[in-house]
Order: sequence, then C-alpha cells, then structure tokens
Amino acid sequence: MSSGVAVDLENVWIKFGDFVAVREANVNINGGDFFSFLGPSGCGKTTILRAVSGFLEPSDGRVLIGGNNMAGIGPNKRPTALIFQNLALFPLMKIWENISFSMEVAGASAKERRKRADELLDMIALEGQGDKLPSELSGGQKQRVAIARALCANPDVLLLDEPLSALDLKLRQHMRTELREIQQRVGITFIYITHDQGEALTMSDNVAVMKAGVIDQIDNGHEIYDRPATPFVASFVGENNVFRGKISQISGSEAVISSNRSGELRAQITPSQVGKMNVGDDAMMFVRPEALALGESDPASKTTVSAKVLNEEFEGASFSVFLEGDGGKQIKMAMPNLGQKLEGHTGETLSVHYDANNAVVMPAGELASE
Amino acid sequence: MSTASIIRIALFAYLAIFFSYLLGPLVVMSLTAFNSAAFPSVSPWACYTYEWFDVLFNDKHIKEGIYYSVIIGLGTVALSVSMGLAASIVLTQVWAKFRSTYYTLIIAPILVPGVVLGISTLVFWDRFGDFIRAGDGSMLDGLFHNGIFLTILGQSSFIASYCMLVFVARLQRFDPGLTEAALDLGATHTQAFRKILLPFMRPAIASASVLAFLASFENYNTTTFTIVKYKTLTTVLAQKVRLGINPSISALAFIIIMMTIILALGFETYRRNNARKEAVRLGKAKESKGFLPGFLTGNPAAIVLVLVSFVVISMIGTAQSYSPQQCKAEVLAAKKAEVAKAIKALKLKRTIKQQSDSLKGPDIFTPDPANKKGSFGGVFDPNNLTNEEPAKPEAPAANKKPASGAFGGVFDPNNLQKD
Ligand SMILES: Nc1ncnc2c1ncn2[C@@H]1O[C@H](COP(=O)(O)OP(=O)(O)OP(=O)(O)O)[C@@H](O)[C@H]1O
Ligand SMILES: [Mg+2]
Repeated sequence: MSSGVAVDLENVWIKFGDFVAVREANVNINGGDFFSFLGPSGCGKTTILRAVSGFLEPSDGRVLIGGNNMAGIGPNKRPTALIFQNLALFPLMKIWENISFSMEVAGASAKERRKRADELLDMIALEGQGDKLPSELSGGQKQRVAIARALCANPDVLLLDEPLSALDLKLRQHMRTELREIQQRVGITFIYITHDQGEALTMSDNVAVMKAGVIDQIDNGHEIYDRPATPFVASFVGENNVFRGKISQISGSEAVISSNRSGELRAQITPSQVGKMNVGDDAMMFVRPEALALGESDPASKTTVSAKVLNEEFEGASFSVFLEGDGGKQIKMAMPNLGQKLEGHTGETLSVHYDANNAVVMPAGELASE
Repeated sequence: MSTASIIRIALFAYLAIFFSYLLGPLVVMSLTAFNSAAFPSVSPWACYTYEWFDVLFNDKHIKEGIYYSVIIGLGTVALSVSMGLAASIVLTQVWAKFRSTYYTLIIAPILVPGVVLGISTLVFWDRFGDFIRAGDGSMLDGLFHNGIFLTILGQSSFIASYCMLVFVARLQRFDPGLTEAALDLGATHTQAFRKILLPFMRPAIASASVLAFLASFENYNTTTFTIVKYKTLTTVLAQKVRLGINPSISALAFIIIMMTIILALGFETYRRNNARKEAVRLGKAKESKGFLPGFLTGNPAAIVLVLVSFVVISMIGTAQSYSPQQCKAEVLAAKKAEVAKAIKALKLKRTIKQQSDSLKGPDIFTPDPANKKGSFGGVFDPNNLTNEEPAKPEAPAANKKPASGAFGGVFDPNNLQKD
C-alpha cells in the first residue's frame, strides 16, 4: 500500500455560472490524515471533493496532490479514489468484478483480479460473497464493497462522500470504527465528507466546517468543539447556549460581554479573534449545556445566571434541564445521571454557573439554522 | 341481471370483437394458403393443399426479394442502431437549453413521409455524385446509384430515430455516476463506455435491432424509390398484387405469422424460465419435481410453444406425403358437372325461346355465348381458375344442334356421356 500524500487547496473558487459554490477555500491536508469536511446540506462539500478527484476544474485557484498541481489532469489520471454519495456500484457486475474493476481496466488477468478481490473481501468481512450481484447485498455490505473497490485501485488519497448517510444508526457507528481502522491500517490520506458532526469529531484528525461555500474553521475536533471560531461553528457543532450582547471589557484573551438579558458574563475570546475585538463590538458568547452547573448566586464572578426551571428531560446517560432566564431567555443545562432527582426544583429559580474557560466569545454573526 | 354482469358481458363482447378485428384477417389469410383454389379464398373451400408452399419456394422473384430484404435489413440494423445510440448519447450530453431543439430535430424524420425520404435520398446521392464528380462507371458512382446502398441509407434515416427513442428511454435510467466511478478507478473514456454503458444498453440494443430489422423488412414507401434495379420482398409483393395474386402470398404470410408466434413464445419461455431459475437461486421458490420437465412448469408460454411446434412439425411431415390429387380431381369433376348442368339449362332455355321465337320471328339479339365473359375479362369465370381444358366446345356443339327438340336434348344420351 502506498502511504498517504498531502492534499492542498490554494485559494480555490468554484462557480456554476453566477452561483459561487465554493469561495476562497484554503486547506492543507497532511499525508495520512483523516480529514473531514463538515457542513449542512448544499454547502459545497461534494463540489470540493469533485474538484479534488478531477470531475470539475476550480474556476480559480489550485488543487495540489502530493505537491503536484492537478490542473488539466483527468479523474482517471489522479491518485485518488472516490466513494460516491450513492456508492455507484456497477449493478451488472458481480461483487468481485466490481472490486477489481480498477485492475481490469489496467489489463490484469482474471486470475490476478479474483485473487486480489478475495483478499479485499476477507478484509471487509465478506469472504465468499464475491459471486453475488450488488443488488443482493445489504446497505452496509454495499458500503464495504465500495470501500474495497476504491482501495483496490491503490489510491494515495481516498475521498469519501457521506458514505454512511444511508445506514441505520447502529451500523453507522460500527462502520465509523471500521473506517477509522482501515485508514490506520492502510495509512493513506482519507478525505471524508459528512453533515453529521458526531461522525466528523470521532473519526477525524482535522475537520473543516463549511457554511454556504465558505470554510469557517479548520481544526482538530477538540478545538472545533471547545473553541469555535464563528457563531455558525459554535451552533452547528454540538449544542450551545448563546448570549448576545456587547463587549464591555477586554483583558488579554478574556472578555466581558454585557448581555442583553442576563447581565455581565465573562468568557475566553476565541483564539482567532484575540486582539481583534474592541469594547462596544456586537458579540456572542457560547457556553455548552454540559459546562453549566448549579451553584451559589455570585454576580461579582460574572459567570452566573439566574433562571427558572421549566422542565427536564431524562436521556439515560444524562438529564437535560430547560431553564428560562430573565426576559424569557432559554437556557439548556445537561447533567450526568448520577441517580439524583431534580423534580423538586421545577418552577423554582436557580442560579447556574460556569467556568469562564469553558465559554467562548466572538463577534456576532449568523447561527446555524435549526 | 345485475349491472356488473352486463358490464362483464359487454366487456367480453368488446374483447371478442376487438380480437377478431385484430386477428381475423390473419386467420383468414392463413387459411387461404391451404385452399387449392387459385385465387386466395376460403369459401368455397376446394381442397386442403400444400401446393402454394411449393409455388412459393419455387418463385425466384420472392426468393430474391427475401434475400435482398434480409441484406438490407441487416445493413439498416447496423447503421441505424449505431446512429441511434450515438444520437441518444449526444442528447444526454448537449447543453440543456439546446436539448429540446435537438430532440425535435432528431425525431423529425419519423414525421416526414417515407415517400419524401425515398425520393430525397435518391436525388441527394445522385446530385452528390455529380457534385464530387464521381465519374460515370467509377466505384463511387456505382455506389451512389446502388439500390442496396441507397435503400439502407434511406431507411436508416428514419429508423435511426425509432432506435434513438428506444435508447433514450433506457438512458434515462442510467446513473451517470457509474461512468464517473469507472473513470475515477482509472478507466479511459472508451473503457467506461465499453464496460459500463454498453452492457447497460444491451437489452435496448437488442430490442432496437429487432425493431429496426422489422421496420426495414416491411418498408415499402421509401424502398420503392431507392431500390432502383434490385427488389425486396415488399416491392415484389406489390408487383405481384398488380399482376394478379395467388395463394403463395398467403403461404408466405402464414410462414411469417408462424415465425412471429414461435419467436414470441420462445422469448416468453426464455424469460419465464430465467425468472424461475432466479427465484430458485434466491431461494424464493423450490425446484419443482413435477412430472413435467423443469422448463415447462408454471410456464404456459412454453407449453403453447411446444404445441405450436408440434403442429408445425406435423404439417411439414404430412406435406411430404399428402397429396390432394384425389380431392382435386373430385372438385374438378364436380365443377365440370356444374358447368355442364348450367349449359344444359341454358340450352333448354334457348330451345324454349327458339320455339317461342319461331312464332314471333327471328331475334337478332340472341346473345352469343362466347361474349358471356363480359367486361371482367373472365376473371370470375370458374373455368379460368382451374385452367383446365375449357368446357367451351360444348357450347358451339349445342349451337349446332338447335333442333334437338323442345327439351334441349336433356334426354340425349350423348350428353350424359360427355360428363
Ligand atoms: N453542476 C452544478 N450546477 C449548478 N449548481 C450546482 C452543481 N453542482 C452543485 N451545485 C450547487 O452547489 C451547491 C453545493 O452543492 P454540493 O453538491 O457540493 O452540496 P453538498 O454540500 O455536497 O450537499 P449534500 O450534503 O446535500 O450532499 C448547491 O447549492 C448546489 O445546488
Ligand atoms: Mg453532497
């Protein structure tokens, strides 16, 4: 197996007529990385992947694979293999013929192809099923065949376009681990597309979060989750409580925001905005439900909010408590299920506090629409 | 009676009428092939015979016509299937705004009358030959005036459009992602076409080929202009109809109908048999262990096919030994007797008339029996149908003996012997 090579997008624009599908994308993907593009439907993920695999040329900018400019090089000449959103298995070919198609077009003998196909079938735990047709396999099995078919081409870069979206939850979770395992085994670069943030966070070394053709943030999962760069990322990845207001005070990487309804609140400025924000700017502060906890009211700490308990939801591993702050501000708090009961508090006014290190503030912007 | 049962009866009546309208002519035509009467007819039924098949197989014009029809059919299949396939693929590639215009353009030949296509093909290639100055007698000149070449081109000009319609229907179900997947896996465009698109199109190519062959085989309008000095089955038949038809045409029709039925049944049998095997393979049905052989079970088409083949084979078998001579002789005898009877009646009438005339005086308008054929040229004279020695001499003989008495010689022993 070849080891992974780097993929770089330099200032890539992709337009369909007047419509800009991808705007000024700059991405550096290290060789051997598992890299994900995460974004809502229609944000241009597939479009970027098609530009990498060679099905469309960027309107502007360059795509480099292993440092080589790919301009003018067709999809059949690039060291990439794409797993399509709909898999695109060849319906009239048997499974083993599907898997070894790349060898067939390269002129390998039927015997060699069969041998390699059987090896790959073993790897994807479908031994002995080579003579079936794709229509005779289950969704998860087809999935694995598509992966085997792509791997059979010995690509340097494997591109996966939402390959798990058609599967049910259990199988999806299983396939996630399996994909990650395969990636570590073969050691090639994976570029993975998904609109499922759980998938992106669990599998990836790095994630690019996209919104309507623009890449908002590229970082590892932790940073994306803990230090979102934009309100869109903060609200798209995981759940978040948002407080709007104006910056009232800045000291280094920390800022105080005077929120519209919940008073003064302290938080960390997101790293990319440190030094760029000014007092009086419109800002948003985000704090995750699991970062909130019950505590003493202490307005001086600027990390407490008082709110009334509306209701709670039991989710097995955790409770979700829905609170209403001053002026009807909705706040969600998540608590691990340790056997405690909260019923007594319904309708009561509580004080909720957080650690300022777990809250981020950034310039106001568009949220991901729910 | 309830409304429901009335509707049912009406429906059955309708179906009966519809199918007899559809199949009646074919049945009648097939029957005429086995009647020994020289003009295709069912009634009066003369003799059951295979002689028209003999006539057919010995007709060198028809044989030649079939030969060229097949050659032209194959040429047309090759040309129009490839043109239709190319046109339909282009349709999926052209710029969306131009697509409907392109479609109309490509479909247009279907709407142009075949006669116009025929004449314009003829004229165009003749002019084209002039234009590129293909010298008289040169190979190109020969080609541009060659009936087979022109007919294949002329027919393909609209049959290709039919083929394209078949292909477009199939292509609409093709996922272009498959071609992309093939390219992505390193296939060249040619390989992607050959290994992905072509296998997908194979059923459509098969049906378009059959369609093209049949359309070519039965074409007359265009062919009659472009065929020049060759002949196809349709032009031969057209000529025959003009010159007088005989049941060998019915025999040909019968053969074609039987071939169609057997092919259709064969295809259906094959399809059902495959479906059954598939079901067995997927474990949805059990391999049956009935007393019938496997491919017959649950397959009415196969059973009918076996029966039809059996009938055809036994017909061919009996045709070798069966001879309708006896029957024909009887029919001939019966016919002669009838003719003689008619003549006697005529004589009787005439004697009665003469007797009354002798009272009134001579009648110059007495019809001459020789003129009886009238303006139809004797087409409907039963004597003409048999082409046997005519019974005419009797008439003058009757004229010679005007005085055989009041009963017109009915009792003349000579008359009895003549029969
Ligand atoms: N060939 C095309 N012509 C015109 N517009 C296109 C074309 N392909 C994609 N687009 C547009 O570009 C945008 C991005 O499409 P893309 O397929 O990349 O979305 P995506 O992020 O993959 O979405 P999903 O998660 O639903 O697959 C969409 O608004 C789409 O309408
Ligand atoms: Mg997509």
